[in-house]
Amino acid sequence: MAPIAKIIGQRVALGMLTLWIVSVIIFAGVQFLPGDIATEMLGQSATAETIAAFRKSLGLDLPVHLRYAYWLADVLRGDLGTALSNGRDIGELIRPRLFNTLFLALTAAIMAVPSALLGGLLSALYRNTFFDRLINVFTLSSISLPEFFIAYILIMVLSAKAGIFPSLADVDSTAGLAGRLNAVALPALTLTLAVLAHMTRMTRTSIINLLANQYIETARLKGLPEWRVLVRHALPNAWAPIVTVVVLNLAYLITGVVIVEVVFVYPGLGQLIVDSVQKRDIPVVQACSLIFAATYVLLNLTADVLSIVTNPRLMHPK
Amino acid sequence: MSKWGEHSKPALTVSRRSVLKSAAAVGALAITSSGATLSVVAQESAPKRGGHFKLGVAAGATSDSLDPGTYTNSFTELFGKTLHGYLTGIDADGKVNGEIAESWDVSKDAKTWIFKLRKGVEFHNGKSLDAKDVLASINHHREEQSKSGAKPIVDPVDEVRADGPGTVVFVLKDGNADFPYLLEDFHLAIVPSKDGKADVSGVGAGGYVLDNIDYGVKGTGKRFANYWKSDAAWFDSFEALAIHDVTARTNALATGQIHAMERCDLKTIHLLERNKDLEIVSIAGTQFYCTAMDCKAAPFDNADVRLAVKHAINRQQLLDTLLHGHGKLGNDHPIGSTNRFFAKNLPQREFDPEKARFHLKKAGLSDLKISLSTADAAFPGAVDAAAIYQQDAAKAGVSIDVVREPNDGYWDTVWLKKPFYMSYWLGRPTADWMFSQGYAADAAWNQGHWKNARFNELLVAARSELDDAKRSEMYAEMQSICRDDGGEVIPVFANNVSALSRKIAHTKLASNWDLDGFRCAERWWFADA
Repeated sequence: MAPIAKIIGQRVALGMLTLWIVSVIIFAGVQFLPGDIATEMLGQSATAETIAAFRKSLGLDLPVHLRYAYWLADVLRGDLGTALSNGRDIGELIRPRLFNTLFLALTAAIMAVPSALLGGLLSALYRNTFFDRLINVFTLSSISLPEFFIAYILIMVLSAKAGIFPSLADVDSTAGLAGRLNAVALPALTLTLAVLAHMTRMTRTSIINLLANQYIETARLKGLPEWRVLVRHALPNAWAPIVTVVVLNLAYLITGVVIVEVVFVYPGLGQLIVDSVQKRDIPVVQACSLIFAATYVLLNLTADVLSIVTNPRLMHPK
Repeated sequence: MSKWGEHSKPALTVSRRSVLKSAAAVGALAITSSGATLSVVAQESAPKRGGHFKLGVAAGATSDSLDPGTYTNSFTELFGKTLHGYLTGIDADGKVNGEIAESWDVSKDAKTWIFKLRKGVEFHNGKSLDAKDVLASINHHREEQSKSGAKPIVDPVDEVRADGPGTVVFVLKDGNADFPYLLEDFHLAIVPSKDGKADVSGVGAGGYVLDNIDYGVKGTGKRFANYWKSDAAWFDSFEALAIHDVTARTNALATGQIHAMERCDLKTIHLLERNKDLEIVSIAGTQFYCTAMDCKAAPFDNADVRLAVKHAINRQQLLDTLLHGHGKLGNDHPIGSTNRFFAKNLPQREFDPEKARFHLKKAGLSDLKISLSTADAAFPGAVDAAAIYQQDAAKAGVSIDVVREPNDGYWDTVWLKKPFYMSYWLGRPTADWMFSQGYAADAAWNQGHWKNARFNELLVAARSELDDAKRSEMYAEMQSICRDDGGEVIPVFANNVSALSRKIAHTKLASNWDLDGFRCAERWWFADA
C-alpha cells in the first residue's frame, strides 16, 4: 500500500496549495467588486459619516494585504473569524448551513447514484432496445431542462396539484429525520434528475466499450448468463471512469445547488455565499469558498484513489 | 402649550378598535342597516386568539441583526414592529397615536416635546419600562460612532432627558410639528436599558417574544402574556420566512404553507386573483419610482430642460404596464395621495410632447440627447420602464440613451453620482420628513442635487408651524415648486401589493409601511374557517 500512501500525501499537499491559491483569488476578486461591506450594508441609507464609522469599526481602513495576512494567520490557527456584517462567529454561521447542504446532497446522492448505476447497467444489458431508448430519452431530457424548470414542474405536479410534498423546504434544527426528508424531497428529486443522465450514460458507455474485449467473449463462451458477465467481468474494469463521473456529480450536488436552494428556499451554503458576496462580507465568502474548494479537492482525491484501488494494474505497477 | 396625543382625537372618530368592539353589539342592526361600512365590518369575525401565523417576507439576509439601528429590510423591520414597542404609532388612517407614550405636550415653538409614558408597560424579561429605557433606546442612535439608519432622524434632537420615571423630554434644535410621527420610525424601538446602554438582543415590550431567529431564513415568536395591549397580538405564535423568490412565495401561499405574503408578482397577479382562497390587498402608500436629474450641471441646470424631460414621459402607460394598475400617477413631487398634506388641487402632469418641445425651445435647444442609467436594482422593472421612456421621449425630441448598469453596487456607483438615473423611495410618513431627507438643499440624499431658495424657506417655516391649515398651504406650495422646478421625474407611486389567505381576518390596513404598517402579527387574526 506504500505507493497509495505516497500518492495521497502528494495530493493532500497539492490540495492545500490549491486552497491557498483559491483564497488569494477570491480575496482579490471581492476587492474588484464595486463598493465594500459598508456601502452594501447601508445601501440607500448610507451617508459618508456612517460609512466611515462602519469601516473603522471593522478594520476596513487597513490596507488589503494586511487584512489578507491577518485573515490567513487566523485560518491557520483554525479560526475562521467573525462575519463582518453582524459580528457572529463564522463557524457557528456555517455549521447548520453546511449540515443542510450535506444532508440534501446525501439524500440526492442516495437516490441518484444507485438508480444511475442500475439504469446504466440495464440499458447496457438491453442495449438498443426500446427500454434503452426510453432511459436515454428520459435522462437526456432531464439534463437538458434547466434545473429551475424541473423544480417548478415538480412543484406544480407533486405539491400544488397532488399535495404530496411541500414546495417550501422549510427545515430547522428541531425537525426530525422524517420531517427533514419530507422537506427536502422535492429539491433532492430535482437534483437527482439533474445529475442522473451523466452517470447513467457513462456507466452504459463504459460497459459497452468493454463488451468487445476477448475476456468477455470467453466468459460468454463459458456459458455465463449475460447479467453475470456484466456485473462480474465488465463492471470491475469499468469502475475507474464511472467513479470519476460519480464523484464529479457528487461535488456538483454540494457546490452547484444555488438555484435549487432559491427555488425551494432551502437554507444551505449556496444562499449564504450569495448573501455574503452581495454584502462583500469577505471572511464568510472565503470560508464558503474554502469549503467548496476543499470538497472538490477531497472528492477528486477519492476518485483517483478509488480508480487505483479498483485497478490491479495501477495497484501493483511493475 | 397645546395638548396632543390621545386627547386630540375627536370623540366622534370611529377607531379601528372601537368599531370591532361595537361590531358584535350592533350585529343585528347592521344586517338591516343600509350603511355600507357597517355591513362590511359585520362580515368580519370579531378578533379571537389562537393559531400559528406564518408569513412569507421578500427580504432577509444572513447579515441581518436584531440591533434596531441596523434594520434595512422588511424582514428585520417586521421583527422590529412585532417584538418592540414604540413611543408612537400610526393608525390605518395615517394619524399618529400614543403607544408607549400615552400623551404628549409641545411648546409653542414646537421645540420642546414632553412625552408622558404609559404605566404598567413591561419588557419580555419582566423589567417594567421607565424613562431610562427610553433614553437608552434613543441615545443608541445618537452616539458619535452610531451606524444607525435612524441617525438623520435623531440628529435634530439637541437633548433628551428624563423628568421623573414617567416623563421624557425631547429638546429639538429647530421646531418640528411632526416630531411624534418621526418616533414611529421602525428603527426607534424602545428596548430595555442595561447599565445605561440599550440592550439590543431582541428583548422588547412588543406583542411577541422572540423565540428563535435564523438570519436570512426565518424567525419565530410567541405571544407575550403581559403585553400592555389586551386587544392586540391575537396569534399564539408567529413565524416569518425569508422567501426572496417571488414564485416560491406564491407557491408557498397557494399550497397553504404560509398565510400571507408581501410583494406579489404584478405580472401574474391577475392569475392569483382567480384563486378564491386568497385575498389580494393593494394599498396605496408612500413608495414611488423616480428618475433623478443632476441640477448642478448642464443640461439639467436649466429648469426648462427639466420640464421638457418631465413632459416627455408617459405616466399612464407606466402605471398600466409596469404596475398593472397597482399604483397612482405621480406628479413630480414626493407626497403620496394618502398623506394628509397631499395637494389635491395640483393639476396632474400629462404626457405632452408639444409642451416638451416648447420647453426645449425655451431653453434654446432643438433637441436633447441624454444617457439614462438604470438597473432593476433601482426598482423592479426599471430597465423596461427606461425602454418605454425612451420610446415616448423620442416623440418629444428628447433622445434617451439607456445605459444598463449592474444591479450589484448600484447604490454605490450610480445613485447620487450619475447625471440622469432611476431610483426609488420607500417614502416617509410625513411631508416634512420626506422633503427634509430627499429634497432640502443640504439633504444627504437629495437625488437631483436640487436647491430652491423658496422651497427651503418654506420647509423650515412649515416644520415648526403648529396650525394645520397654514401648514397645509405651505406644503401645497412646496409640492407645486417641486413639481415644476424639482430635479426628479416622479411618474408613479407603487402600491404595496400583498396576498392573504382567506383564513386571515383584518380591519382597514395601514399604509405607512407594508404589511399593515409591519404590524400584521399584532393586528390580524384567524377568522373561523
